[in-house]
Amino acid sequence: MTFVDRYPKSTRIIKAAFAVAFGALAIGGFFGLIQALHRTDVFRGFISSVQYYDVLTGHGVLLALVFTTFFILGLFQWGVSRSFDREPENMTFTWFWYGMTLVGTLMTTVAILGGLIPNSSISAAVLYTFYPPLQAHPLFYIGAALLVVGSWLAGADWFWSYRKWRAEHPEARIPLQAYMTIFTMLMWYICSLGVALEVVVLLIPWSMGWVTKIDPLLPRTLFWYFGHAVVYFWLLPAYFVWYTILPKLSGGRLFSDPLARIVFIFFLLLSTPIGYHHQYADPGISIGYKMWALIATLVILLPSLMTAFTVISSMEHGARQRGGSGYFAWMGALPWDRPAFAGCALAGIMFAAGGFSGMINASLNIDMLIHNTAWIPGHFHLTVGTASALTFMAITYWLLPQLTGRALKFKKLALAQPYLWFIGMTLMSNALHRQGLAGVPRRTAEPQYSGFSYDPPFGTMAEMDWQVAIGGTILFIALLAFLAVIGASWSKSETTEAAIDDTIPPPLSGPEHSPKILDNIGLWTAVAVVLVIIAYTVPLYEMVADGLFSPGAFPSPM
Amino acid sequence: MHIHKFEKIWIGASLGLIAAFIGIVLFGFTVLEMKVPGLENEKTIDPTNLAATPFADPGIRKVGPNHYEVYMVARQFLFMPGTGIPLTLPADTRITFRVTSPDVLHGLEVVGTNLNATVIPGQITTFTTIFPEPKSYGLICHEYCGPAHHTMAGMINIVPKSEFDESTLVSP
Repeated sequence: MTFVDRYPKSTRIIKAAFAVAFGALAIGGFFGLIQALHRTDVFRGFISSVQYYDVLTGHGVLLALVFTTFFILGLFQWGVSRSFDREPENMTFTWFWYGMTLVGTLMTTVAILGGLIPNSSISAAVLYTFYPPLQAHPLFYIGAALLVVGSWLAGADWFWSYRKWRAEHPEARIPLQAYMTIFTMLMWYICSLGVALEVVVLLIPWSMGWVTKIDPLLPRTLFWYFGHAVVYFWLLPAYFVWYTILPKLSGGRLFSDPLARIVFIFFLLLSTPIGYHHQYADPGISIGYKMWALIATLVILLPSLMTAFTVISSMEHGARQRGGSGYFAWMGALPWDRPAFAGCALAGIMFAAGGFSGMINASLNIDMLIHNTAWIPGHFHLTVGTASALTFMAITYWLLPQLTGRALKFKKLALAQPYLWFIGMTLMSNALHRQGLAGVPRRTAEPQYSGFSYDPPFGTMAEMDWQVAIGGTILFIALLAFLAVIGASWSKSETTEAAIDDTIPPPLSGPEHSPKILDNIGLWTAVAVVLVIIAYTVPLYEMVADGLFSPGAFPSPM
Repeated sequence: MHIHKFEKIWIGASLGLIAAFIGIVLFGFTVLEMKVPGLENEKTIDPTNLAATPFADPGIRKVGPNHYEVYMVARQFLFMPGTGIPLTLPADTRITFRVTSPDVLHGLEVVGTNLNATVIPGQITTFTTIFPEPKSYGLICHEYCGPAHHTMAGMINIVPKSEFDESTLVSP
């Protein structure tokens, strides 16, 4: 009996969520290829430089918001059903939040793609960050709001399951996967309130023309209140996989359940009050609050470094169970020939590199060297674009058989895929980082200027451009490989009698070794809210004090 | 609860690393004077009416014996001054930039340096620097500001202090 037999209703919603996620991944990934070729001037035949910004908006929204959100909805639904041993409480409600999220996604996508159709009155080339007074069609904002609210209702569905389970098990510790889901969603509620306020109170009335002017700083600040925590909304599900599934895939067990809980508490507390670190170069925000963001951002390194320890030591434990030995030689005993393991492990290695460039970004005045340069996409293609995205793809190789009851197909292609992704990302990301050091800007169709040239610390611009273009092409090939494997395995052609691997052994050190206060959801939420209030009340008050829409700039339709 | 000895060492080392990073930034901030733009004493201004502000007359002003201020307007799709005719400034002299925008967000990056800022309508971005020696720098907008964003660029020419022509100054 695998997952699909035990929870058929849950399985249908998970597959529906994954279908949207992978559809968005396909389109958004193709847009990424176009960009890599266009901005390096290798091939500019697909689009004009003006359309580049429509494509860039689509790439950001479809991958960073739609792919991630839908995959996470599916993954967490799987974790919650499995942990609590329950189907969703009311399938009408479950399909309602799914439908709302999907409708929002479609509206936003239509607004973005409208910009690529000549003479259409709908467009939204405002990029993933949609800073006003650049103005998109109202469909873009309304769709984004529905997407966020849909994800809130999904969380409510899981809290509903939690309450039912708790009533039946008043003394039990929350199962780890459900615990991680709950803490991630609490963090998501707190942080997405910022973007919801921005969109609903400020941007929708303004895009409808009910108010004429907009204050550019206030919505930008609300965006970044949400905009860094959303990064953890993408990353924590990858941690969920690394903590609870990867140790087993390595051949062993999780090292410590209590420390995993502490790590998630850290993320709930510290994810949101650090948003100013995206605004280090902004006027209108005092240095004191930037300093606070600096310190909190660097402290949030701690749970990530703790994760590095736990994940690696769990992998070492697994390798030694498989006969590995020596200080480093045990790594050879890991199952590098299994796509789910290889993808998660390679994603983890990339994440370490992304973590180091992130420390530079966090460091206030050092960040000025690379702020808004190609370094930044170099960084987040390692964190979100690999740590999250590659982990999501790799774990799908392990999850999908549980959802279909059939073995994975094209196993060799599946095994090649994470390695291809790793190679493509190594080329593209190292070149982007180095271009950033030379001052090449991000978010531009043509970073080549007449009158002056860049002076790279080492290497040449031409060599880095080729690495970006070749790396982007390899990434796209890896994406096609993933889609081919999943597409073939999803179809109903043949069944397998072989047992599906879906068990997860208990951790070496279980929750019984930790104080019950770690499971106190109300307490940790309250502390998180207080930290947000400390960080944001005064600066937001200063921005609102002169009027919600003042100082006001006129819209600039895109 | 039990925490493994190696994990305790790892957490300790992590905290040490974090403390060192915070220390490095504070050292740069205080001793090396590596500051970032922030909330200066200026109030917000009306971006739809720059004519009523000092930005009506962008350019270089002298504010002290060895200190100039540059009032710069970043707008779709040029820097004033900077685009077209390069902005010429003296080397080894304290320069304070004050930058604003009448339309949308822009970026301001002096290529190859750590002069890097966001320009926001209604706000004034202020930062101070000293260019040590004569050199030419590219000036680019690195925040997406509209369809021709990739054309928004300018130049800053740093000349020896003795060659700086004060007749180009804007009177305060």
